[in-house]
Amino acid sequence: MRSNIDRKFLHWLGVVAITLVCIAVQAKSEWLLKYPDTLVVPLADWLNTIMDWIVRNFNWFFQGISWVLQWPIWAAQQVLNGVPWSVSVFLFCVVAYAASGWRLALFTLASTLYMVVIGYWEESMNSLALVTISVPLAILVGFAFGVWGFYSDRAERAIMPTLDVLQTVPAFAYLLPILMLFGFGTVVGLIASVLYAFPPMVRNTIVGLRGVPPSVIESGLMSGATPRQLFWQVRVPSSHKQILLGVNQTTMASLSMVIIASIIGGTSDIGWAVLSTIRKAQFGESLLVGMVIALMAMVIDRVTAGLAQRSGVYEPDEKSTLERYRILIIAVMGATLFFTLSKVFILFSDWPRELVWSPAQTMNDALTYLIVNFRAQIETIKTSSFFFVMLPTKIGLQGAVSPFTWGFELTMAHKVVYAAGMAALSLWCAMRGRTTAGIVVLLSAVFLYYGLSNIPWPAVILVFGVAGWKIGGPTLCLGTVLGLGFLVVTGNWAEAMLSVYLCGIAATLSFLFGTTVGIWAAHNDRVSAFVRPINDTMQTMPLFVILIPFVMVFKIGEFTGLLAIMAYAFVPAIRYAEHGLRNLPANVIEAGNMMGATKRQLLWQVKIPLALPVMLLGLNQTIMYAIAMLVIAALVGTNGLEQIVYIGLSDGDFGVGIIAGLGMAIIAIIADRMTQGWSKKRQAELGLGTQ
Amino acid sequence: MTHNSAWLTPPLTHRRNSQETEINTNVAEDRTVKLSCRNVWKIYGPGPDQFFDGGNGNVEDADAHAGTVRSSGHIVANANVSFDVHVGETFIIMGLSGSGKSTTVRCLSRLVEPTAGEILLDGEDLLKKSDQELCEIRRHKMGMVFQNFGLMPHLNVIDNIAFPLKLQGISESERYAQAERVIELVDLQGRENNFPNELSGGQQQRVGIARSLAVEPDVWFLDEPFSALDPLIRKQMQDEFLRIQSVLHKSIVFITHDFQEALRLADRMAIMRDGAIVQIGSPVDLILNPVDDYVREFTHDVPWESILRAADIVEEPSGPTEGMGRISGDTLVSQLLRYVSDHEEGVLVEAKDGSVLGIATARGVVSALASGSGDEPAPVRV
Repeated sequence: MRSNIDRKFLHWLGVVAITLVCIAVQAKSEWLLKYPDTLVVPLADWLNTIMDWIVRNFNWFFQGISWVLQWPIWAAQQVLNGVPWSVSVFLFCVVAYAASGWRLALFTLASTLYMVVIGYWEESMNSLALVTISVPLAILVGFAFGVWGFYSDRAERAIMPTLDVLQTVPAFAYLLPILMLFGFGTVVGLIASVLYAFPPMVRNTIVGLRGVPPSVIESGLMSGATPRQLFWQVRVPSSHKQILLGVNQTTMASLSMVIIASIIGGTSDIGWAVLSTIRKAQFGESLLVGMVIALMAMVIDRVTAGLAQRSGVYEPDEKSTLERYRILIIAVMGATLFFTLSKVFILFSDWPRELVWSPAQTMNDALTYLIVNFRAQIETIKTSSFFFVMLPTKIGLQGAVSPFTWGFELTMAHKVVYAAGMAALSLWCAMRGRTTAGIVVLLSAVFLYYGLSNIPWPAVILVFGVAGWKIGGPTLCLGTVLGLGFLVVTGNWAEAMLSVYLCGIAATLSFLFGTTVGIWAAHNDRVSAFVRPINDTMQTMPLFVILIPFVMVFKIGEFTGLLAIMAYAFVPAIRYAEHGLRNLPANVIEAGNMMGATKRQLLWQVKIPLALPVMLLGLNQTIMYAIAMLVIAALVGTNGLEQIVYIGLSDGDFGVGIIAGLGMAIIAIIADRMTQGWSKKRQAELGLGTQ
Repeated sequence: MTHNSAWLTPPLTHRRNSQETEINTNVAEDRTVKLSCRNVWKIYGPGPDQFFDGGNGNVEDADAHAGTVRSSGHIVANANVSFDVHVGETFIIMGLSGSGKSTTVRCLSRLVEPTAGEILLDGEDLLKKSDQELCEIRRHKMGMVFQNFGLMPHLNVIDNIAFPLKLQGISESERYAQAERVIELVDLQGRENNFPNELSGGQQQRVGIARSLAVEPDVWFLDEPFSALDPLIRKQMQDEFLRIQSVLHKSIVFITHDFQEALRLADRMAIMRDGAIVQIGSPVDLILNPVDDYVREFTHDVPWESILRAADIVEEPSGPTEGMGRISGDTLVSQLLRYVSDHEEGVLVEAKDGSVLGIATARGVVSALASGSGDEPAPVRV
């Protein structure tokens, strides 16, 4: 028999063999399954000691910053709450109109009136006050670091990894140190949101400034630009699109963090309202309030995007003063009118309680009705996905299959058939040249049978280390091994695997679902037009809010967490799949058509292989989104690393929280590097440029 | 040996890097030099100054020196480049890609800092100027047009053109007035409000040209300005360029890799290879007297009958010339073909002042064209 199996496949067979040996001997040597407690490095204690020392000695410094920062927030809150709502609503609409036109103005009107009518105006304005301070601050910090990184390669080498960590360490993990350093209050939310929101600004600033074509720089120089002029009038404006993208992303991130931060520093803002209604199990109310956040995010997003697109128009004809300041005049006149009205009719400044309209009760009733009448169905969905998907992944088929769950006992015959079938499938793939598929089948067969939490940690590290080597060479391999080693020696391994398990299922399912939809949308404009607003909404919706409907129906638990993660993580899979397929080189498609490929052949043999690198980037984003949501899912009672982060926060144990948080960052960064490396490798193989 | 064959024989002296030997330039010799480039070197690599003592690029054997520098792993982008650009002259630099044309023009404006040599603008060394002084010179004396246009993507046409004026701090009304004037010059009225990405390549380059002219510079650099345009537009832009130059009389350094373009636009031109200048002269010079095969390669596809003029192919009359037709020495050979094919004895060629230069015959025309043809002669059976 001619052997055309790739050598890579043989390597992996070796890895699997070692894994099986580890599993076989773990009964005798217990340290294989569970890293001995006595060897756990007490890193958390050390960090706590350091933190205590810092707090004791530099208290004055951080408290000083805190004191300074509280004033702008206070001022913003005074202004936004002091002005009658009718005046504010009118002015917001004028801004929206100026930014983008009538449609956005109407949308803004509807959104702001919604806040008034459901009786959450004051809370909304308190959150907005925080945003109006934190966004400019984050933009300023991000821009400054971006410029520094642009001019100094050394600085960039230090900044980039820091950003990776800042963006991947869950917010819950650094809320606590901020709390310890800066004390209670709204300032904590401000600082947390700046920390969380400035990285995208840095990245976009650097990318933008780098991307200015040399001929533009040269023409600037030849026009006699001084260094300062070259920077402010050539480099910055030439990269304004990228930089404004950064502003937009920073605004969104800041908004979502302001909400999350209310867990610790909440007073009477929207985040606090959502959280307290969730805690009181007032689901209708929490969804209504959550919508405020979503609407606020959408309005701010569109307004900033609209302002970004406007640019100066040269009008040689002198316009009259009236025309020139039309919008300003309207704003002043309208504001005066509404101010007067609010003095006459109290309705225009304080929305009376009797007029607060809230369908919350109706929603709660409807939900109760749903749960009572469809209990059986809901339970079926929940239990079947638990028994047939989640449990096998967690503890393996060997543990999950029982007469109680699957209806039969796992006999020797079953095991042999499973092993033989999987081995045959994997070999078949490998022989047909689909080495990667063969490897994936083989590894999943082993993992699925024994369950992720039952695989000995050295075997897991080996598998990921080898994968890192194959994808990104020795550097990635070493990074992966060290990162996973950190999880082991800090004693977080078991929880980390639970996180990986939940996140893994969610990401896989989201990716499969999202990619399918994306492929459909790429071939059907109607579907595309239908999916786009859903994607936009899900992406601007704060993570908290996504959680609410699932908690309402499925109650607290892992399954709810899974659904919430999926609801958030499928968006990038759709986007990237559609984008990848719609932007294929036209000549290749043409050539495929000319060769007489059927639609199916064209899709599977031309389009998908070519679009794969982009789809893999989609997988990357899906995983990143899943991890981001996983952290929030800790609120509904999942058991992984994210729960330790949350416990660290609620117990005030800085060390435990930050180490678990770093653990999550490690998982995220490894997943990110591996998927990106894979995508780049595919791209290089296809000879496509990086996109 | 007839007179005309003397014209067509390559000169015996090898004139590599011979900037001083200028023959038959179209420019009057007494014109003042505007911009002068003397022994300019540009070397990329670590510590390029080690090859020159005190920045003097005037080394004894330039070729050998360039070889030494290369063998040490450095890249020689410009090797001992020297030439003068006179007031009102269009000086064209030609060469293959990577031959150092763009580096040369960037050294002239100090967008690239030369490793050694001198750049004299109105007799003052540009390399000795401080950054502020350089900035002032660029603001008022230089204009540059780029191959890829180099337009500011965020500015509309009028703001792009007024951009150099804005950098100088000129008031809005004044700079728009000036910009409107140059917009007319490049025929872009009505597009003031468009952004670069809304314009065609030709229109974008018109904006580039207008912008470079907005400050009314003395010296005008054009770095392959029309290379990115399609042939018809290119022709149109060349006409435009000639029209503008006939009005403005700038001192111009123009980079191209298209010999036809050089032919149409150049007063004098230089051909570069491996960072060094191979030959300098008028386009016709280069066609008639290429110093080596490299230069000959460039002139290869040029249709000689539309380059050579009657004066270029005259020979001594072998017999009496009474009753023969007369023709101006400026007449293109292509316009002469009909006449000489009908009149075996030939035609008298006269100079501008009416004196007789010699006669042009069918035989002379054919032999001139024959030496210009790059085709292999077909085998002739006897």
